[in-house]
Amino acid sequence: MTKNIYSNRLPVVQQLREANELSEYPKTVSDKRIILIDKTIAAYGYRRDALLEKLHVAQNIYGYLEKKILLHISEKLKIPPSQVYGVATFYNYFKLKKPGSHAITFCLGTACYVKGAEEILSAVEREFNVKRGETSADGKISIFVTRCVGACAMAPNVIIDDEMIGKATKETVLDKIRSLL
Amino acid sequence: MKPEEIQKIAEIEHDMRMAYKYRIKVCCSSGCIPFGAQKLLKAFEDAVKELGLQNVCKVARTGCVGTCSVAPVVLIDPGNHLYQNVKPEDAKRIVQEHVVNGRILEEFVYKNEAYFSKQYRLVLRNAGKIDPLRIEDYISVGGYSALAKALTQMTPEQVIYEVTVSGLRGRGGAGFPTGQKWNFVAKSTAKPKYVVANLDEGDPGVFANRTLAEADPHAIIEGMTIAAYAVGAEKGYIYIRSEYPLAIQTLKKAIEQAKSYGLIGDNILGSTFNFDIELRLGAGAFVAGEETAILSSIEGLRATPRPRPPYPAVSGLWGKPTLINNVETLANVPLIILNGGAWFSKIGTPKCTGTKCFSLTGKVRNPGLIEVPMGITLKEVVYEIGGGVPEGRKFKAVLVGGPSGGCLPESMLSLPIDYESLTQAGAIMGSGGIVVIDDESCIVDTARFFIDFCMDESCGKCVPCRAGLPKVREILDKIMVGEGTEEDLKVLEELSYLIKDASLCGLGQTAPNPVLTTLNYFKKEYLSHILDGKCPAGKCNIKRMEVVKK
Amino acid sequence: MSERTVKLVIDGREVFAKPTDTILKAAKDNGIYIPTLCYLEGLTAYGGCRLCVVEVKGNPKLMTSCTTPVSNNMEVITNSPRLNKYRKQIIELLLAERTHTCSVCVANGSCELQELATRFGVDHTSVSRNWKRFEIDMTHERFVLDHNRCILCTRCIRVCDEIEGVHVLDVKRRGKDSSIVIDLDEPWAASYSCTSCGKCSAVCPVGAIYVKLKPLSETKKKELPEFVVERRRR
Repeated sequence: MTKNIYSNRLPVVQQLREANELSEYPKTVSDKRIILIDKTIAAYGYRRDALLEKLHVAQNIYGYLEKKILLHISEKLKIPPSQVYGVATFYNYFKLKKPGSHAITFCLGTACYVKGAEEILSAVEREFNVKRGETSADGKISIFVTRCVGACAMAPNVIIDDEMIGKATKETVLDKIRSLL
Repeated sequence: MKPEEIQKIAEIEHDMRMAYKYRIKVCCSSGCIPFGAQKLLKAFEDAVKELGLQNVCKVARTGCVGTCSVAPVVLIDPGNHLYQNVKPEDAKRIVQEHVVNGRILEEFVYKNEAYFSKQYRLVLRNAGKIDPLRIEDYISVGGYSALAKALTQMTPEQVIYEVTVSGLRGRGGAGFPTGQKWNFVAKSTAKPKYVVANLDEGDPGVFANRTLAEADPHAIIEGMTIAAYAVGAEKGYIYIRSEYPLAIQTLKKAIEQAKSYGLIGDNILGSTFNFDIELRLGAGAFVAGEETAILSSIEGLRATPRPRPPYPAVSGLWGKPTLINNVETLANVPLIILNGGAWFSKIGTPKCTGTKCFSLTGKVRNPGLIEVPMGITLKEVVYEIGGGVPEGRKFKAVLVGGPSGGCLPESMLSLPIDYESLTQAGAIMGSGGIVVIDDESCIVDTARFFIDFCMDESCGKCVPCRAGLPKVREILDKIMVGEGTEEDLKVLEELSYLIKDASLCGLGQTAPNPVLTTLNYFKKEYLSHILDGKCPAGKCNIKRMEVVKK
Repeated sequence: MSERTVKLVIDGREVFAKPTDTILKAAKDNGIYIPTLCYLEGLTAYGGCRLCVVEVKGNPKLMTSCTTPVSNNMEVITNSPRLNKYRKQIIELLLAERTHTCSVCVANGSCELQELATRFGVDHTSVSRNWKRFEIDMTHERFVLDHNRCILCTRCIRVCDEIEGVHVLDVKRRGKDSSIVIDLDEPWAASYSCTSCGKCSAVCPVGAIYVKLKPLSETKKKELPEFVVERRRR
């Protein structure tokens, strides 16, 4: 790990840390799961171009991409941390926040939109008080929006915890979510 | 492996197929799986076992037949009987009646001949015929014989010549002549060279490439390998959306199989030609399908487009010459090599040869995946194949070319589908999305939906697209709540032209198309929102009740 | 040094350029003005601001002059009513994208965006302006990063990566949500890779990155990248 070369900045950092404005970093990662990531990195021969593949693996393992994981990948691959962060936030698929225990994904592709997916989505947002892309206060449900899951002929589609609901209606979706909670 | 061995496998496979009198094929593509296709496959296997028909009847998986609205579907050979909406509990009865008693169960039969009669399946030739997870199946229908022919009987120049003669054009949307593109890369002297197969089909409402990858992955691999031979590349990448897990699995397996058969790798089919394919996953960025952004993404960077020139044919992946083709383009290549470019050039129209896959969705009776010859009119697609809008509703517009396509009214339905005609009408071929909307949908809302999509997917590199699209959306929002003015329409149009002309890449350059076409063909609806405070579709929630009329 | 062997016509004038030159370079060498914003001599061309677009005869698309190389018998138009209208619109969009209030900006009077707005007669914006407040990072002892004034030209990113060689800065997120990020989105003071060299503040065309309590005339050094690149060649 590169040391902070400007020690005179440390008091500021300390203050921020006390004010909880800083995440716990830099800090070494002591986690067995990290070995899995290291293995993938080695399998790709430490190639920098396969960054997306590694982020995929890390997200599969952890469910989301914590900063310490991004930092670890950045150190291993010798890619500047800001670049890793830029890549991770560019792509929609990568999540940097911990998602809720139930994921509800709405397809807002053209076919689903034309067939009224937006109305179902707003109804769910209202009922459970969660906005799209966010997680409910109790951490139980997260609402995601995706552009086309490719089952357009069965539009509108809603995916609740890996289960696809085709030709969805407001009632079926709301009932299904209620049954989960 | 030697070229003769391919022939041998094909013969063995053929004999094996002939040993079964019946063949039950269960569609296991992404359209059918959510509706229980895998359980269905198991149910049919069990039913056949239970009735002791293992020696007469073969149950296999297959790719998408295109009738996704009646999923899950099952095909029974001989006769290619298409059963629709089949449930696992029906499996036994179908096997009993169809195979044992020889009676077709009318209640399940798909009765829409028109859906298939206007189609011409070239790219999707094997969808619904072979098991996509078995390379032997692909070989048995003539697969990899085009590669053998190219490697043993043709020089790279001859391959490029055939592709040029065929008149094949890029199916990714822009329609650049494929032969010419190959020629550019072949002429570049720098080494190594790369081939990239673009499977980053991010358009909402489009799933043609995914279907192809799920139904016939080896056609993509074979086409890619031939392309690599023609241009002199040794490494290829298939860039695929991470949202397509089944297609990823299928392709992974196909690459492994092709490697183990020596159809990719070193010294392919005993020649001196080496070619390796690697699969690369996207991560949810529509712009990554753009020709230069895909390069950035494969290099592990933010998928931002690069200015052209230099063109990828000269300086692509890591600054090396790179051939980028859509997978649908590549899947055409084996056919061109086998049957000759002259044969291919007779399909479609003289300027636009071949066929195009479209995802037909929205308010039509028969949504699904279709493949039609170029030059077919929109009317034939919407009314004859699609069956028109459902009972009681009125056709309003058809959106051609995905989110950056155009919104065409009824009067334009006689338009033939080819690159030039569509561009002239303000739409684009795009990657092949046709969405029909009826009188329930508001035109302004539809335009806003597409702008919203492009705005979300804009990479943010260039100013017109990054800063312009939010402003376009803002104005559309204003119109939708009844606060728009006629002056806004002018600003809207001016902004649209700026974004179209000054943006860096195809995303920005085509993003204003929905606005420009709707302003052109449906100005009345905009004016109705602004002047009368009314939404003709009754969809927009217009707050302003009192309308000041001039 | 290669010779000026390529002959092209810019705005009706016959000029000669080196084969490696871009249209922008050829125009500049011959005293023809093309507006630029994200471009800076010595850094890799970015092609993002689209102000330097020109018309090239035979090409229906507009080309960015900072990235397009010259070729023989090329006919370029750098100044036309259409181009100027687009340039004006781009400046308007930039001004409307974030809160650009010149009167309270440190760069007032030495701002490249302001200068361009004056030159192209942008006296108002035809689109509504964005008054959303973006954060200001004042944690660093010497520098300030004010996202409200950022135009995302990425000069700071490129100078940090190519000249200083550290790559502390990058862009996070995308589209309208893009913004400059330090390391893993940490406050500047907590950046463990920043060397505090100040090159980013030297090249910022607006007042987004500046040195605390110093007049901009002392801290802006737009010729710095060119100078360093030139020195490194020796």
